[in-house]
Amino acid sequence: MVVPVGTTNSPMLGDPTQVEWEEIQRSSEFLRLRKALRSFIFPMTAAFLAWYLLYVLCAAYARGFMNVKVFGNVTLGLLFGLLQFASTFVIAILYARYANRKFDPLADELRNKIEGETR
Amino acid sequence: MTAGTMTLAAEAAAAAPDTSHQTLTVILFAVFVAITLGITLRASRQNRTAADFYAGGRSFKGWQNGLAIGGDYMSAASFLGIAGLISLYGYDGFLYSIGFLVAWLVALLLVAELMRNTGKYTMADVLSFRMRQRPVRTAASISTVVVSIFYLLAQMVGAGTLVALLLGITSPGAKNMVIAGVGLLMIIYVVFGGMKGTTWVQIVKAVMLITGAAVMTFWVLGKYGFNLSSLLGAARDNSGKPGFLEPGLYYGKENASVWKTLVSKLDFVSLGLALVLGTAGLPHILIRFYTVPDSKTARKSVNWAIAIIGVFYLMTLVIGFGAAALLNQKDITDRNPAGNTAAPQLAEALGGAGTNLGAVMLAVIAAVAFATILAVVAGLALASSSSLAHDLYANVIRKGKTTDAEEVRVGRISAVVIGAVSVALAIPAQSLNVAFLVALAFAIAASANLPSILLSLFWKRFNTRGATWGIYGGLGSALVLLVFSPNVSGGVVNATTGKAASLISNPAVDFAWFPLSNPGLVSIPLGFLFAIVGALTSKENDKAKWAEMEVRSLTGAHAEKAAKH
Repeated sequence: MVVPVGTTNSPMLGDPTQVEWEEIQRSSEFLRLRKALRSFIFPMTAAFLAWYLLYVLCAAYARGFMNVKVFGNVTLGLLFGLLQFASTFVIAILYARYANRKFDPLADELRNKIEGETR
Repeated sequence: MTAGTMTLAAEAAAAAPDTSHQTLTVILFAVFVAITLGITLRASRQNRTAADFYAGGRSFKGWQNGLAIGGDYMSAASFLGIAGLISLYGYDGFLYSIGFLVAWLVALLLVAELMRNTGKYTMADVLSFRMRQRPVRTAASISTVVVSIFYLLAQMVGAGTLVALLLGITSPGAKNMVIAGVGLLMIIYVVFGGMKGTTWVQIVKAVMLITGAAVMTFWVLGKYGFNLSSLLGAARDNSGKPGFLEPGLYYGKENASVWKTLVSKLDFVSLGLALVLGTAGLPHILIRFYTVPDSKTARKSVNWAIAIIGVFYLMTLVIGFGAAALLNQKDITDRNPAGNTAAPQLAEALGGAGTNLGAVMLAVIAAVAFATILAVVAGLALASSSSLAHDLYANVIRKGKTTDAEEVRVGRISAVVIGAVSVALAIPAQSLNVAFLVALAFAIAASANLPSILLSLFWKRFNTRGATWGIYGGLGSALVLLVFSPNVSGGVVNATTGKAASLISNPAVDFAWFPLSNPGLVSIPLGFLFAIVGALTSKENDKAKWAEMEVRSLTGAHAEKAAKH
């Protein structure tokens, strides 16, 4: 569906528009979009928060484990900390790829439809 | 120009080896100020509308905004503070870096894009979207100003300390002048440059900071044959602390008393929680998402920010351990007991103490640290003045009946007021610990702002009472717990000085009943609880507005567009 987008007078917050927001919110397209977003961000948030808290709790309560030497002077605690950096980078990349492929096309289609209707 | 200053400085160094770095620091810093003022002047010609002033015309590219986010976020506390903490306590300083970085995933996954799609200039735009405007905007404006002022105080007090230590200024009058000078520059950046000028100041600063840190990192690693293990070993041996590479030297200390050990470890967990949840509630960070054309660019800019900030914190790890390996612990603590000057001292040692190169390195890193402070305070002043003008003045006092021009004018006046107030508060606050003020700002942001932001974006049942209870409840509990914590009274008494490690150093005054220094562990859940209970006890539930907000936040339909120039 190709509809020209972009209005010259962008609507302000609270401006009356003719969009039937509740109808769109109930539509199967929107439900798919919401599911696409939430099925990624909610489990991923739970996962990285749990992974981070595990690190914090280990640093406070599992010092024997954290002090195990892996090689040279590098301990498990240091590796665990560096893995937090690595996992942050990986999750950011995974999310960008997921959003570009699965989420953006759905969102673009719906946005074009909404903005097309109210012109 | 730089080459010229270098020669000049080298001559100065030859003449007076002791103060040479000070002259050079002042020159380099003056160059930075001149460049940023030039940028501000250029930006001021393009500041025509409110969208220009508050959101930089929404026309920044992803990588530009990513760098600016980095410039806004990597404060003096994270550069000087974390490097200093690692240089003195080894592994324990690492938690700050990890918490500060992982926190960005909350912003990336849950907040940035949805905020960009629904808001306009401030955090309150999103919070009040489907609520009654006046109570929610008032609450959001109050918490924005409180969080920003605490953060501002930390940076300004830090600026005073840094100047005193690096330029050898000891008179209180001169330190006050430095704080006033920082305040004046901050006002100029915001009043004339608006968001556009501030963003460019932050971009320039981010590039300087990353470059400076990278030079030091490679230098340190080069000294140890790029072998991390031998750097770590040298740091442990030189520090004289056998547990240097293990957790527990600073946080969660093992203690003879079971109760003290428990409190100390809970305090560490509490700090960890505030660090990871605070970022996505910091108003000066949130408004950066409005400076890009759409939510996709907001996502890109956060990814850039994660890359920049992540690499930067990995470098502070090397710098911190490098300082421990190459400097004496006593030399670090003699300059500053908290280790805040470890990074500049390391720079001097790398170049060779007493040599021209050492003086140049010290001057460069000191100038970078000043630049860091200026860029961060400008972002903070902009966040609080835009909230005062856009939320409190335009929407609460004038009930939305204002013009663009009037809103910008009030924004500029607010920036002057915020600048004056923060200077007036920072001068008597100079004895406060910088890290404490920053941690406080994060804890308040996580307790007061984050619950209401998340619930208003994701929970259909959320409403006005939920948002106001969440903000006031989270803000109130964080502040009350702080007042009755060992931060304010009843801290550990130093055996030699007889003073308590609290704001009130007289050990006879002790009204503390909350044992943790970091309130987050209790105040963040309380913030969520207040928000949820508030929402459930109010019948208000605007389904139409929720539908509009949810659809707009996910699709970007009718989101604010970029300005065309």
